[in-house]
Amino acid sequence: MNSTTIAAISTAQGAGGIGVIRISGDDAIFIADKVFKGINGKSLCEYNGYSAGFGYIYDGGEKLDEAVALVFRAPHSYTGENVVELSCHGGVYITGQVLRAVLNAGAIPAAAGEFTKRAFLNGKLDLTEAEAVMNIISAQSKTAARAALSCKEGSLSKKIDAISSCLIDIAAHISAWVDFPEEDVPEVEDEKLLAAFEAAKSDLNALISGYDAGRAVTQGIDTLIIGKPNVGKSTLMNLLSGCEKSIVTDVPGTTRDIIEETVLVGNVILRLSDTAGLRKTENIVEKIGVERTKQRLERCGLIIAVFDGSLPIDSEDISLLEKIGDIPAIAVVNKSDKGRLTELDDIKKYIPNVVELSAKSGDGLTSLVENVEKICGTGNFNPSQPLVANERQLLQVKNAASSVDDCISALRDGFGLDAVSVALQDAVDCLLGITGKKASDAVIDTVFETFCVGK
Amino acid sequence: MGYYAGKYDVAVIGAGHAGIEAGLAAARLGCKTAVFTINMDAVGNCPCNPSIGGTAKGHLVREIDALGGEMGKTADECFLQMRMLNKGKGPAVHSLRAQIDRRKYSSVMKHKLELQKNLDLRQAEIVSIERFNDNWKLQTRMNAEFECRAVIIATGTFLGGKIYIGDVSFESGPDGIFPASFLGESIRRLGISTRRFKTGTPARVLKSSVDFSQLEVQTGDEPPVPFSYDTEELGENKAVCHISYTNEKTKEIILKNIHRSPLYGGKIEGVGPRYCPSIEDKIVRFSDKPRHQLFIEPCGIDTEEMYIQGMSSSLPEDVQIEFYHTIKGLENALIMRSAYAIEYDCIDPLQLDATLEFTDYSCLYGAGQFNGSSGYEEAAAQGLIAGINAALKVKGKKPFILDRASSYIGTLIDDLVTKGVSDPYRMMTSRSEYRLILRQDNADSRLTPLGRDIGLISDDRWKRFNEKQKNKKNEYNRLKKTVIAPSERLNEILVSHETSPISTGIRLIELIKRPQLGYEALKEIDTERPSIDPNIFEQVETEVKYEGYIKRQEAQIEQMRRLEGRILPKNVDYSSISGLRLEAQEKLNKIKPQNLGQASRISGVSPADISVLIIWLSQQKKD
Repeated sequence: MNSTTIAAISTAQGAGGIGVIRISGDDAIFIADKVFKGINGKSLCEYNGYSAGFGYIYDGGEKLDEAVALVFRAPHSYTGENVVELSCHGGVYITGQVLRAVLNAGAIPAAAGEFTKRAFLNGKLDLTEAEAVMNIISAQSKTAARAALSCKEGSLSKKIDAISSCLIDIAAHISAWVDFPEEDVPEVEDEKLLAAFEAAKSDLNALISGYDAGRAVTQGIDTLIIGKPNVGKSTLMNLLSGCEKSIVTDVPGTTRDIIEETVLVGNVILRLSDTAGLRKTENIVEKIGVERTKQRLERCGLIIAVFDGSLPIDSEDISLLEKIGDIPAIAVVNKSDKGRLTELDDIKKYIPNVVELSAKSGDGLTSLVENVEKICGTGNFNPSQPLVANERQLLQVKNAASSVDDCISALRDGFGLDAVSVALQDAVDCLLGITGKKASDAVIDTVFETFCVGK
Repeated sequence: MGYYAGKYDVAVIGAGHAGIEAGLAAARLGCKTAVFTINMDAVGNCPCNPSIGGTAKGHLVREIDALGGEMGKTADECFLQMRMLNKGKGPAVHSLRAQIDRRKYSSVMKHKLELQKNLDLRQAEIVSIERFNDNWKLQTRMNAEFECRAVIIATGTFLGGKIYIGDVSFESGPDGIFPASFLGESIRRLGISTRRFKTGTPARVLKSSVDFSQLEVQTGDEPPVPFSYDTEELGENKAVCHISYTNEKTKEIILKNIHRSPLYGGKIEGVGPRYCPSIEDKIVRFSDKPRHQLFIEPCGIDTEEMYIQGMSSSLPEDVQIEFYHTIKGLENALIMRSAYAIEYDCIDPLQLDATLEFTDYSCLYGAGQFNGSSGYEEAAAQGLIAGINAALKVKGKKPFILDRASSYIGTLIDDLVTKGVSDPYRMMTSRSEYRLILRQDNADSRLTPLGRDIGLISDDRWKRFNEKQKNKKNEYNRLKKTVIAPSERLNEILVSHETSPISTGIRLIELIKRPQLGYEALKEIDTERPSIDPNIFEQVETEVKYEGYIKRQEAQIEQMRRLEGRILPKNVDYSSISGLRLEAQEKLNKIKPQNLGQASRISGVSPADISVLIIWLSQQKKD
């Protein structure tokens, strides 16, 4: 058996209590072990089949969530391959983050029906299940066809067409030069190849790095509103969301739990969490809220730190500022209607982006919006710019970039054009895979369109 | 009415490059075989270029040889000049090409057929093919009727052949041999649809009328390398080629007369090959190119005919004379045979499966140009596979299918029967995604064991093959074990090859691995080198250097083969499978793929469709 390792969220997308990320393939356990650290310190690789461990999911150094890992060893699993199922907290966001971590660790996104396909290949599914799954897949393929159609017209496909047609031209040139050695096809020059590969690489990298900005626009950024009790976090949240959501009182500590709200700020979707104040407390209920806030702090995409502008900065504020570290953040100096005693420079030492605002009246909101757009890199975001739409496409683009890297290193290491051209064809395959065309045909068509070859 | 003339296990219609391999393979596998040729003097004819091999085609010849076919051996026997093309562009794309004596090639091949046990070579034009009980009945122009269990159609450009030279056109096979004028209709009556393709060939000129003094010479390799793993002694190169170019004057004459071309005048309906354009095509389509290259190649030892490669044309004879004379060296050339275009009937190969049998007609096979390909080597490769499979079918054995990862032959056939063709198909290295593994240097390692299983590899050759594999393994181990101590001389060599010197001992394999080095560079310090077949050094060096790339391709192959292993039943109505998209249903019904791997390569069949097929397949199993 030699199968690539695939992963996907296998529970329904939505705010369920528990979300399961399923990983299947030869390296499933090895990959899961890279993201999952058990509290007993044991590696998942040491687990027997049908056993479970409790621990935490990490993406690089960043802790994402607590989870239960279930290990199945081939052939005793749903797919008949090595399988790990990571059960973490439900919800689109967390499960998405965990999936991303698993993909970063080396799995590839599963295609529609792929687990089932593998289960079948390995003889693991019975007839009743098969029929049920078939209906789902046929429904999915219709959706996929529609999605492909809309994507086809989009700017991503145009950008990818541009990059791939540039790579196809090179592949065709190499092919003409190699397959028709005695025609006067101009020699393929290493320098020109390198320049073209570097250009393709930088275009691909731009697509990859645009992915996060794109997500901010299409899927939103996990944003945490923090601050001492009673500085006006809930009022700010209400201002942003346009309705009363949190309980707002003057008693410090009324907001005990994280309250989630998705709001559009300028052109950025923020998934706001209004948190319990970060302060030491003996109140048990409130204490739980504070703990959670600390955990959330570690994994959000943006922090809005709120200060009471009518008071000077105190040690509690400072300790809060120190917790932010290098997470992108905006400081909101609230209650500008009450006069200002806060020294802005004290905050700017930690957070350069400071906005004065009155959450109550809404004065200063425009400035906050500008700052959010600026910090999310979406200030100049042009919605018709090419945008990698999902993890699968991102992976295709990343693979294409890595194949282009292979082309560059094959050239640099003095390998023949045969090695270069194979890596190049891989890159084109990745890119065409996104728009659904096939690579070798494209290369050969271009040879005959471009070069006068043949006896 | 016809008369009963006998019964054969396998009958091959046509004795060109496809028919020869098909007939020999079937006879060697123990089938009573007939090979019908329309003209006994046209067996193994090379009506176009007097050469065998070339880029990717050289791979095919080596593979044919590795499986026990004949083309490579005969090319070696008749060679005039050998060249390994693409040296310096990477080992995967090295390709061998032989200039051959075309009359000798033809007579050697004919003689081999005549000597072959179980094989009858017969001159006859087959005019009809019909079902006869469970067999086929072939009828000749002279009313002989043969009953055949399996039939291989390898009619080349003879089927409905029509030659065009300017305003003149007439029904003809290549080289003025008469065409097969009736069989096409009979094939269509069976319900098989045909189409028209065309190809062309340049003029032949008299050697003594060519002025070679100003022309660039192209010589063969020293020493020349053979195609066949059986050829021990090749001998020396016997001829050279010359290079010349068209010029502004050539262009002017062609453009002035372009309206007299049957192609541009709309007389030819057939689709020509994109890679083999006529000179008028090149000049019209690439009008900014100041000149086009051409080669002057000898047609044989005892002939003064010279082939002008690159100058095929269907312009009228008077125009040909005029523009040929504009070319340096050809100013006073006497044209002995005119260039012409030929149009012929062939099929859409999507009607075939990977054994080259018609999906809807049991025991009927197609091979060569009849299947929409082009080239002697492509034809021979298909002939071999069709011949093997016809024989296996007659004997009730399992079919022989080469997949894409095994060979260029497998790639060629998969392309034909899965993707179809829009113009005559030529093999190219870029058509193989596994080309770092499918090299011409290792064709024997890849295919000879399969040839042995089928029964086409003799005991003697099998013994030599195993010996060579053993030597290869030993050599690889030697490279891994041998440690070379640093020395002044070694470091001199390393530095002179622009690679870093060493200060501690290093394994030989690590040195070979360096792109700048190889067996040749290390000859002096590698004192323990055994004296074995130099091809082993070639294979080992490539495999050591390209190890990383080869491993990656092997992983891709493994994945592909998992899907190839899932066989799809033959008689499926894909429109009855719910869940398949409409486009996929139509394509699958047309192509009838043999397995999921092949299905996944069909354009218009998505991964989701493949999932549906997998589920459907396992339902079938349960029912």
